[in-house]
Amino acid sequence: MATCTHPILEIEGISLSFGGVNALNAVTFEVASGSITSVIGPNGAGKTSLFNTISGFYKPQAGRIRFLGEDIGHLPPHQRGKLGLARSFQNIALFQGMTVLDNIKLGRHAQLHTGLFAALLYFGKARREEMVLREEIERRIIDFLDIEHIRKAPVAALPYGLQKRVELARALAMQPKVLMLDEPVAGMNREETEDMARFILDVQAEWGVTVLMVEHDMGVVMDISDYIVVLNFGEMIAEGPPEEVQRNPEVIKAYLGSGDFAKLRQRMERYRTPQPGAT
Amino acid sequence: MDWLLLLEVSLAGLGTGGLYALTALAFVMIYKATKVVNLAIGEMLMMGAYFFFAFSAALQLPWWLAMAGAVMGGGLLGAVIERLTIRPLLGKSTLSVFMVTVGLASVFVGVVELVWTADPRALPEFIPRAAVFIGPAFVAPKIFYSFLVAAALIAATLFVLRFWRGGVALRATASDQVAAYAMGINVPRVFSVAWIIAGMIAALAGILVGAIGGISSAMGQFGLSVLVVVIFGGLDSVPGALVGGIVVGLMEALAGTYLGGEYKRLTPFSLLALILIVRPYGLFGTAEIERL
Repeated sequence: MATCTHPILEIEGISLSFGGVNALNAVTFEVASGSITSVIGPNGAGKTSLFNTISGFYKPQAGRIRFLGEDIGHLPPHQRGKLGLARSFQNIALFQGMTVLDNIKLGRHAQLHTGLFAALLYFGKARREEMVLREEIERRIIDFLDIEHIRKAPVAALPYGLQKRVELARALAMQPKVLMLDEPVAGMNREETEDMARFILDVQAEWGVTVLMVEHDMGVVMDISDYIVVLNFGEMIAEGPPEEVQRNPEVIKAYLGSGDFAKLRQRMERYRTPQPGAT
Repeated sequence: MDWLLLLEVSLAGLGTGGLYALTALAFVMIYKATKVVNLAIGEMLMMGAYFFFAFSAALQLPWWLAMAGAVMGGGLLGAVIERLTIRPLLGKSTLSVFMVTVGLASVFVGVVELVWTADPRALPEFIPRAAVFIGPAFVAPKIFYSFLVAAALIAATLFVLRFWRGGVALRATASDQVAAYAMGINVPRVFSVAWIIAGMIAALAGILVGAIGGISSAMGQFGLSVLVVVIFGGLDSVPGALVGGIVVGLMEALAGTYLGGEYKRLTPFSLLALILIVRPYGLFGTAEIERL
């Protein structure tokens, strides 16, 4: 976290509407390089719309997105991916029918530069690239995420928690500068949640990757985020470090309004007090 | 039972089956990449045949040059169809896209009738005429050589899809377009490449079909049998297209010989009805689970 001060991603006045519905209204914030920044908010607040706008699937009516200082608003999703914006999806979007390793390899697809004719002419180069790729994938990502035992397994056969982990692995294989995670612990049990939270922290610390995530699990959000942005009905109602956001009356009201606040408090308490039996 | 006749009929069926498989491969390629059910595949094939006719008969080019030109024309046609009619409909209902391909089929028939009239024509001879014998069985040389070409082209396509990274991109796109796009795969280009390759394959298939039976503005009907093939094998399955092509080719030949000509068409469509009842997603196709 050496360069926490410099913004790697700048969202400037993004407005997005579908017909008459405003999904996002002049959303503005910065993601500091090397940080873990979370976007929270009640259901329908526009979090996933924001993600889809940043990764290029939605075209905002107004506003600018700057990545590494460059305006990327005109780029299609695959080019944003190549620049170093990787993401996972709320519903698992792995390539079913392929193995774990194939999925991870596809993450590196964008970084490979050997085309068909080059592959036929310079078979050696393609091979070398392939070998380097393999080695790197196997050594770093698979070890890191502890998925050695399922490398050859078809993803469709894996339990939910592991699929989420493979999705993270695939995103990491893109060698991203910013990793966008859409609800990385949704639907996970406590143990899986804690594992995933640890992985996210390690991604930041060991890989130097900036993390931008949408998450409903307040325990995880408050525990690992450096900075939090709160959306409600497409409006940004608060931003700041976790302690500050938790005390913000607007935020409390937003969650009270949706009846989530009591649950939120409860979940935070539960997450923070060590469980009996857990070491 | 005349075993020699059975063998000869089977070999002829196999030959037609190879062409079905080839065209079905073009169909499956488009379906896999873009999820478009392309009813104009038979007409794309016909256009390829007429391109060849134009190059070889009208321009008097040697057959191999005419063939290269027709295949390129087919690829160009695929690219234009994708860019002008399919891509603008991205995200629209499947039915709209489906109807567009029906319309395209009529447009191509119209173009052919305007330019070359509706009269059937013969393609210039370019396939060796010497009779071919496999063991004791006689095989019509045209069928024999087109089967060889079809098999080689299928093998080449499979090889490319397997070992070229574009093939990987195609498979990823087939599996999950949004995820593929986010992974840095240029999905619009995958669409376009799939249509180009399919157009080229269809053109070559058209030349072979035309060389065997002549060309006419009605030869797009070949596409109907191909539809049976892909529904039988599974819309998104390459092995399904190959097996389906052979099975339908064999069935047509056997039914046509042993039950009489009127059964030639009836048999594959009866098979189609049966498949739709028993395995609606085809022999090798992916069973789609739709959540409502």
